[in-house]
Amino acid sequence: MNPAAFYPTATDYLRFLPELILTIGGVLLLVLEALTGDNKDKSSLGYLAIAVVLGAMFAVPVALANPGTSFNGMIVSDGFAAFFRMVTLLVGLFTLLCSTSYLSREKANTGEFYLLVLFSLAGQGIMAASNELIMVFLGLEIASISSYVLAGFLRDDKRGSEAALKYFLLGSFATAFLLYGISWIYGVTGATNLVAIRESLAAGTSGNSMAVAAAALMLIGLAFKVSAAPFQAWAPDVYQGAPAPVSGFLSAGPKAAAFAIFLRIFQTSFESFSSRYEPVLWILALATMLVGNFSALWQSNVKRMLAYSSIAHAGYVLVAVTTNSNVGTAAAMFYLAAYALMNFGAFAAVTHLAGRGESHVTIDDLKGLASKQPVVAGLLTVCLLSLTGVPLTAGFFGKFYIFKAAIDNHLYWLSALGLLNSAIAAYYYLRILAAMYMHEPKTTDHPEPVPGGIQLTMWFSAAGILTLGVFPGLVLDYANRFATFVK
Amino acid sequence: MDVILFTFFALVAIVGAVSLVLQKHPISSALSLVSVMVALSVLFLLLGAEFIAAAQLVVYSGAIMVLFVFVIMLLNAGAERESRKGGLAQFLGLPLTAILLVFASYVITQSMSNAKAVKFGAFTGGGPREVGWELFTRYLLPFEVTSILILIAIAGAVVLARKEID
Repeated sequence: MNPAAFYPTATDYLRFLPELILTIGGVLLLVLEALTGDNKDKSSLGYLAIAVVLGAMFAVPVALANPGTSFNGMIVSDGFAAFFRMVTLLVGLFTLLCSTSYLSREKANTGEFYLLVLFSLAGQGIMAASNELIMVFLGLEIASISSYVLAGFLRDDKRGSEAALKYFLLGSFATAFLLYGISWIYGVTGATNLVAIRESLAAGTSGNSMAVAAAALMLIGLAFKVSAAPFQAWAPDVYQGAPAPVSGFLSAGPKAAAFAIFLRIFQTSFESFSSRYEPVLWILALATMLVGNFSALWQSNVKRMLAYSSIAHAGYVLVAVTTNSNVGTAAAMFYLAAYALMNFGAFAAVTHLAGRGESHVTIDDLKGLASKQPVVAGLLTVCLLSLTGVPLTAGFFGKFYIFKAAIDNHLYWLSALGLLNSAIAAYYYLRILAAMYMHEPKTTDHPEPVPGGIQLTMWFSAAGILTLGVFPGLVLDYANRFATFVK
Repeated sequence: MDVILFTFFALVAIVGAVSLVLQKHPISSALSLVSVMVALSVLFLLLGAEFIAAAQLVVYSGAIMVLFVFVIMLLNAGAERESRKGGLAQFLGLPLTAILLVFASYVITQSMSNAKAVKFGAFTGGGPREVGWELFTRYLLPFEVTSILILIAIAGAVVLARKEID
């Protein structure tokens, strides 16, 4: 064979451009961090990281303008990949905007934080665009390892370290399941390319029950990453213990990327036996919604409540995945984008309100917020109403499209139970609202001013929620157009 | 002969893996892991993957395990203390593992009964030349992306191991 046939072309690089920019930016940051003195202010590195993420965002349309696979079918640049690259980059941007002031407050402003975020984003981008199980594994590991470290970034914080260790041990265990599944699939089909696996399974020459078992193993690994019940046990502890901006990051970014790869693998490679995994997904979706919503009812810690609510929202997305249709995929895409906005908006508010050492994170601490800080309370209200699914917010249309897709695909019971669940969920979101608006403030001390980055994040997410709540077509049309995969 | 070798080393690997978990002292666990690695490398060799067999032996049993043992010695880790907090895991752990294993072997025997078994020595192309060729042509991108993975692991270790933040 001639090696020249494998030389990457310029188009190959263009299709991989967002991740290239993130990686180069991350390495640059690593060097600059080492060059700046120990006692210097490191906020400038944060601004540089923001610039890198913005650059990667501009590279996403460039990659989309050159559709197709690159590097011998390792990466595929299509509308689906571009969508999830954009969502994860947006979450990353929010994280960086909220972190600079947070890290200064906690006296932990070092450059490593920003570089871990950048590399994690690169990993998530690889996941969104990978067309090969090896790339799936590598992207997942890059995203996960940076997440483990980010969760324990405040090293002197006991809960943070505990969260990081739990996340690391359980996460590695889940990855082992995914890898075991990949190795089985390779044993059955002799391929790791998603399309090649599909062709081999369709030809039906190889053991089909073994492929189903492999799919089950991979399902376990991915269900862990999206925190689906019964693999959700890590999420509350990690989101509660991790620094608030990191919790927001983990609950929106890596989860969206994991759903992207979930959808791509199961609708490309394993589509031929969709009837066999549909009941499993059905149960998974229902269990996830129930566990998330019912556990959230009893929480007094806002971060922990948002963690359970994020489990419940993963359940709603799983309903869309269960439909195994293009409409369902589009609904899941829309929902994950809307969820990224509303959930991060809520976590941005928590980041600000938690105060030094995150000592004010219970619902009691939010009492009377509306009279003390009306703007923050108002923006948080928009996010919470959207999480509830009130009309005129993005959350409403997100749920609407998901249950519409479910009914179109004759999943009547699942939709009915899902709607019941979102009614239960309204209770705990309203608890926060009631605390903010119907109680007197506990203390009369002067509130701290809201840092610019957090303000920007909250305004942007509130504006995004309302825009999508009025004009859902802006995102949905795009999602509908690109909800198909290269087969 | 192949089957005898396979059975022997597969058993060594399994016994080593079980003993790795059961041993109370970290050093004994580390040494059990060495035996697993060595047995695995023989299995790779039987399959014809010479390069991976050698790499397994040199990198895992050699370099990484020496590092493990060094760190355990430096940390002066003592024997493990029993924790009485197993709860549900204490009773369900073994049965669930057994169910998973039985299920896996059932699936394999079911779907592989009519398929060809692996022929020892039938596979060629596991030498350094072929592996290198594949790494730098077809699998170029995964190869390069692995370097990011290693970089992030090092950076993460530095972050978590730094003295204090101020």
